Amino acid sequence: MSDAAAAHAGAHGSGHAHHPAQQHHFDSLEQQHEAATLGMWLFLVTEVLFFGGLFLAYMLYRVWYPAAWAEGSNELDVQLGAINTAVLIASSLTMALAVRGAQTGLRRATVNWLLLTMVLGLTFLVIKYFEYYEKFEHHHVPGPNFVFEGTNAGPVQIYFSLYFLMTGLHATHMLIGFVLLSVIAWMAHKGRFSPEWYTPVEISGLYWHFVDIVWIFLFPLLYLVDRAHHFA
Amino acid sequence: MAGHISPKSTYYAIFAALMVGTAVTVAVAFVNLGPFNFPVAIGIAITKATLVILFFMHAKYSSQLTKLFVGMAFFFLIILLGLSLTDYMSRGMQTYPGGSGGAGYGVRTEASSEAAAPEGAEPAH
Repeated sequence: MSDAAAAHAGAHGSGHAHHPAQQHHFDSLEQQHEAATLGMWLFLVTEVLFFGGLFLAYMLYRVWYPAAWAEGSNELDVQLGAINTAVLIASSLTMALAVRGAQTGLRRATVNWLLLTMVLGLTFLVIKYFEYYEKFEHHHVPGPNFVFEGTNAGPVQIYFSLYFLMTGLHATHMLIGFVLLSVIAWMAHKGRFSPEWYTPVEISGLYWHFVDIVWIFLFPLLYLVDRAHHFA
Repeated sequence: MAGHISPKSTYYAIFAALMVGTAVTVAVAFVNLGPFNFPVAIGIAITKATLVILFFMHAKYSSQLTKLFVGMAFFFLIILLGLSLTDYMSRGMQTYPGGSGGAGYGVRTEASSEAAAPEGAEPAH
């Protein structure tokens, strides 16, 4: 029994001892960890279908307007998109290492990896900001001020609507993840986690990796349509 | 607490594989593979996502129940995309003799075939 568990048992005064992080309706920390992980995955199932609806809309309009999709996609900056993909993948690596730090009881390393993950997440959002800014300057934002040369202006506007919806929803998830990680980093700094109990780090990691996966699909679907000029 | 702890080398190897996958997907996008550009891009993305799920998200070391939930996400996603697209992409395929209007051009009948193409639609490829 650890000191913390002993202190907690003393506070109960009933002689039952368990880890302070363990909720009373669970038999053990393992069971609690399993339930939390399963719950997080269930949430991610709903997230997959949340983004799935947008992916379906994307697929339908792409099948209907392949040439407009090619024109719209070629307006995006492949270099910035690829850099952002690398940044997000790197942030997934640092997140995985943060979880590993928590698993192995390395408090300082956990905090540092979490902070690095947040810095990379912020880098992604800053690059995304410059990409959005460029779209506003060129009037490629759907709405009354949308301007696009050529006969495909209508369907290209649909492409950009989906571009902003999908990347916007993704960026919102990034922001939420950033706030989540700042809380987790603070908790880690306070020494709340140990090899016995690191579930919050683990399930925040699941969320962060999920957001990375969404971008792994968004990047080729939005940036890499017809770069070889099959239609042109 | 029980829980699989992966060696750091595993994480670095997965990271390297994901970076290579990103480089390949960019490079191959600039090669004209005709209709195969899209399936190749999606194939690489699925491979990358699988690596993240198995190793970064520890699905490989999770309980059977958790694995079932992971599979469930993609089971429902495939139903959503698959059933919807088989409908839309097969419209106009066999509605009049010898003709395929191409995907998305609506179901054509004898009476409405002249006015079938929606306004602003591009010609079939």
